[in-house]
Amino acid sequence: MKKVNIEKNAAAFIYQDDVHVTEHDKNLWNARVKRDKAASEIPEWEELRNLASAIKEHTLTHLDKYIEQFVENAEKRGIKVHFAKDAIEHNAIAYEILSSHNVKNIIKSKSMLQEECGMTPFLEEKGINVLETDLGERIQQLSGQLPSHIVMPAIHQTKEDVAKLFAEKIGTDPNDTDPSSLNTAMRNNARPKFLVADAGMTGGNFAIAETGTFVVCTNEGNADLTASLPPLHIASIGIEKILPKVEDLGVFIRILSRSALGTPATQYTSHFSGPRAGSTMHIILTDNGRSKRLAMDEFWTSLKCIRCGACMNTCPVYRRSSGLAYSATYSGPIGIIIDPTFDPKKYSELPYHSSLCGSCTEVCPVHINIAEQIMDWRKVMMKNKEVDFSRRMAFKAAGVVLSNPKLFRVVEKVAYNAINILPEAITENKTLDPWAAHRKLPDVKKETFRDWYIKNRKSNEQ
Amino acid sequence: MSNKQEFLQSVRESLKKRTKIEYPKIPTYEKENVDLKSLFEINLKLAAVDFYDVSSVEEAQKIMQEKLPDTKVVCSATDEWKGNKDINKIARPQDLADVDLGIFRAEFGVAEMGMVWVTEKSLKVNAIGFLSQHLAVLLDPANITENMHTAYNIPGLFDVNYGCFVMGPSATADIGAVLVRGAQGAKSLTLFFLKK
Repeated sequence: MKKVNIEKNAAAFIYQDDVHVTEHDKNLWNARVKRDKAASEIPEWEELRNLASAIKEHTLTHLDKYIEQFVENAEKRGIKVHFAKDAIEHNAIAYEILSSHNVKNIIKSKSMLQEECGMTPFLEEKGINVLETDLGERIQQLSGQLPSHIVMPAIHQTKEDVAKLFAEKIGTDPNDTDPSSLNTAMRNNARPKFLVADAGMTGGNFAIAETGTFVVCTNEGNADLTASLPPLHIASIGIEKILPKVEDLGVFIRILSRSALGTPATQYTSHFSGPRAGSTMHIILTDNGRSKRLAMDEFWTSLKCIRCGACMNTCPVYRRSSGLAYSATYSGPIGIIIDPTFDPKKYSELPYHSSLCGSCTEVCPVHINIAEQIMDWRKVMMKNKEVDFSRRMAFKAAGVVLSNPKLFRVVEKVAYNAINILPEAITENKTLDPWAAHRKLPDVKKETFRDWYIKNRKSNEQ
Repeated sequence: MSNKQEFLQSVRESLKKRTKIEYPKIPTYEKENVDLKSLFEINLKLAAVDFYDVSSVEEAQKIMQEKLPDTKVVCSATDEWKGNKDINKIARPQDLADVDLGIFRAEFGVAEMGMVWVTEKSLKVNAIGFLSQHLAVLLDPANITENMHTAYNIPGLFDVNYGCFVMGPSATADIGAVLVRGAQGAKSLTLFFLKK
């Protein structure tokens, strides 16, 4: 797999015009502000985060037991459970179920796991029509792009972009950029397709071991339409979504949407404990690298993630580069620490797409130490020599210089001279360093901090 | 395809490297002297729910006629309210696609969230909650629980195959981050406090 050039992708988003990056940044920061307000209204907010983290860590460290319990209880209720060790098996199982029911048209609600498995293109190739029913996912499907955010899949597009897309694809007035009328147009376009679908597919936000129930959280009601109309419901669930008890949901439902969008909960919190009368229900319980991650000492806690997107909304780098820059199912800070577990070569540059400010760790509702893990991934990439030679040498040089005070002082002076002598063609060369585009190095003072400190120490000490 | 034992084996292999973490005790965070109905109403407003105290179904029907005068097809999942489309005669859930106003009685409300709990029992045909253009929901004001912890502690919650916490009409902010009510599900939700 070709290495993702995240810097180039980010630059493409930032420099397309003056509108997109500003809107994107503003909209995501708004979500962060709303999250803070929602959190401040719950006196026990911090306790809930601690509980959520502890419940997840408990479950993950007893995962074999809870998987068995979940499967046993779901089967007791008439749900057929399948096991997929990877994406290939997941897709093969889905296709097998669908073809045994002669399914031609599927409606589906948002599932990051199905995205991760590349399920939609796989099924389309087999001749099955797949309709994304979440508005943002539908916009992305029509755009031929991956979702750019796990909660707001099309947040990198402006309403003008959507108006243009809908005009092209579903025949709306290209000059009508009103989100409400665009929404109505898609509602009217999608509804007849809901009614003729042969199967519905969903993901699952949580799966409860003690009852075999899975829970799906949506705002649009599309998952419930997906589940309540066709005679067949298939849910794809990652093994890390399991929780031991019903009461655990009290903690997670209270923090999920507050962290994501600053709303008390999603409009619909739907609980499926068995097939509805006259219909069939399947669960594809999927590993796809999760058990491998569970064995990774530095990275296993990334399995606690509840996919709220709070780390994306707060990340200053994500807000400016957009999710598409990551060219991965998961973008933003959580993407940086999950994606390399799927392909350490392809995603080797991702850990450098961070200022390490730590804001992601601060807002994570389940206390994943995201910033630390980003740092740890950098170490892995250096060790595995996944990083470009020039950057590796630069870090190596920095390591030598910074650990030797005398050498540091010499280099400091040399650097001053170099920056003042070398032409901008070298110091701000876009090819050598893509970050140099549209950025100027600050003027460097001849007097170093050390010079200044020695000169001023006496007067400061008085 | 993987069998269950192989699937579990790879998890068990990884767990050898993990130290077991204890399960925490989860409090219910109930507050003292909470007026459940007023707290519920504050959060209904946040979720864009119109609500009314009524003493009869006729009163509620009159309010809905004024609110939605163009309503043609009315389908009710509760015997208290008679519509003009009989939910008991529905052959397929898709047959509810023409419903303008869907009606059901919610089982309880959650004060903290402004949401109501509905199940296949209260909906009769689940799709009525999502295909109807507009919803009218009846709720006994005595059936309000304080928060999500107390809600999930209600015994037998998942004895049904389907249960849903509904918090107002459907919504999306997927176009330009602008909030729009009435995405794929109901465009509006009106709640009537009416004793059972």
